[in-house]
Amino acid sequence: MAEVRDPKRPTVDAIREGIIVPASELEAWFIREVLPLEADLMQFLRRSWQNKSELEDLCQEVYTRTYEAALQNIPKPARPFVFTIARNLIVDRVRREHVVPIEAVADLDELGIALDAPGPERTVMARDELRLLQAAIDRLPPRCREVVILGRIEGLTGRQIAARLGIAETTVSDHLTAGLYALADTLLGEDAGKRS
Amino acid sequence: MSGRIPNAETAREVRMCAARWAQRRQFWDWSAEDQAELDRWLAQSPSHHVAYMRVTTIWNRTERLTALRGAPAAEEANARRFGWHLLAGGVAAIALISIFGLAGYRYLELQKQTTWTTPVGGHEILTLGDGSKIELNTNTVFRISADQRTAWLDRGEAYFQIKHDSAHPFTVTAAGKRVVDVGTKFLVRYGTGDLEVALVEGRAKIEPAKAKSDARTAMLTPGDVALATGNSLSVVNVPVSRLTRELSWRNDLLIFDNATLADVAAELNRYNREQLVVDPDVAGMKIVASIPTNGIQAFKRVVRDFLGLRVEERGREIVISR
Repeated sequence: MAEVRDPKRPTVDAIREGIIVPASELEAWFIREVLPLEADLMQFLRRSWQNKSELEDLCQEVYTRTYEAALQNIPKPARPFVFTIARNLIVDRVRREHVVPIEAVADLDELGIALDAPGPERTVMARDELRLLQAAIDRLPPRCREVVILGRIEGLTGRQIAARLGIAETTVSDHLTAGLYALADTLLGEDAGKRS
Repeated sequence: MSGRIPNAETAREVRMCAARWAQRRQFWDWSAEDQAELDRWLAQSPSHHVAYMRVTTIWNRTERLTALRGAPAAEEANARRFGWHLLAGGVAAIALISIFGLAGYRYLELQKQTTWTTPVGGHEILTLGDGSKIELNTNTVFRISADQRTAWLDRGEAYFQIKHDSAHPFTVTAAGKRVVDVGTKFLVRYGTGDLEVALVEGRAKIEPAKAKSDARTAMLTPGDVALATGNSLSVVNVPVSRLTRELSWRNDLLIFDNATLADVAAELNRYNREQLVVDPDVAGMKIVASIPTNGIQAFKRVVRDFLGLRVEERGREIVISR
């Protein structure tokens, strides 16, 4: 029997089949409104969830759920929407886990207050932004940093970087991958400026 | 991990994959087939799509840095205008590249050691360029060389998951001893004069840091716990399951199986500014417990309500007695 699909509730399949066009508007909204919440989101997750190794998964899951939900209707404002999704995710997980750290449950109600708090207005001045970028690149491991600097600032291609440094192209590719991965965490996330 | 994992991939896997796509597109030959392959990957799951948006957004943000490209003089001027210190390294080092050339830059890099510290109750995870991971526990001072193969644990505790490279073995020096990895996961704890090295996986050698020393050398296998005090070195083998318990701090949890109250207090004291003091009368009481590293309040309640002991606060001290 064919499954009847509620047109207002798109499924992952519907997205795959292109029934719902991932509008550039949606992407722009996600980049502009949701990604800048990452530092706060990670803080929320860290306070609510003991197992630190799962935080990245939780964050990614919140993003995915947010994005899926926004396919129907872009929620405005974004902040309470994203944090409600995060809270529901934590509640789901707390119910399912066998061992519940007391702190996780106790914190949930307190955190409710944070939902309506104004978002971080990141009106970063150009120079602050440059300093942030500097700090982020500074945190990369030396070899990786060197490769990223050559690629981003000197504008070399991957092949040119490999030739310049006398290392394999696959190594350059690995460094760039690790660099991009780490920069995203540093610039969006929890540990912006935490370095000692 | 437990619970639902979207698409059976961890977030790290998805995000690494997204980063790989992003750099491939940016830095390498890019054909219509590549684009089609990327589109397929993106369409596989919203999680992929989200991760790709995230990493490309950040990459675009770093585009500002390309403004620094150009004549060395201009770069220097830029650096000064933004009040950068050359010592800050990183992007400031870009100016150095053009002044000293790349070789000079690399030389400076090699001279550099990075120091990481965690406060009491702190917990930090470092990922090295080759994917090796180092987790720093509470109250720890840790240094690593620029080539990331030589490290020092000046104080505290760290858990190492090291990618083996026989040409460049990874070494950790602490308390006059050097641990040389042979492809390993191991724990190094340097507290009050004693050095403890526990091997979880692989093999490692423990040797004196000074070549001429006549102190012992030992080869460790999984489950081995080496305890070094001064020149003496003893090795015992314990079930690896016990080691897993000792590593539970990695999840910010302390697990005790039939530990004395004195031991539990000593362990909790490492993570908290408030210090537990156990009366000798009750110090030998055995308990089984799983306590969050920051769970000193919960611990106080349990001691009072379940063990029926007295808990008194005297300034920063919490005294437990009958």
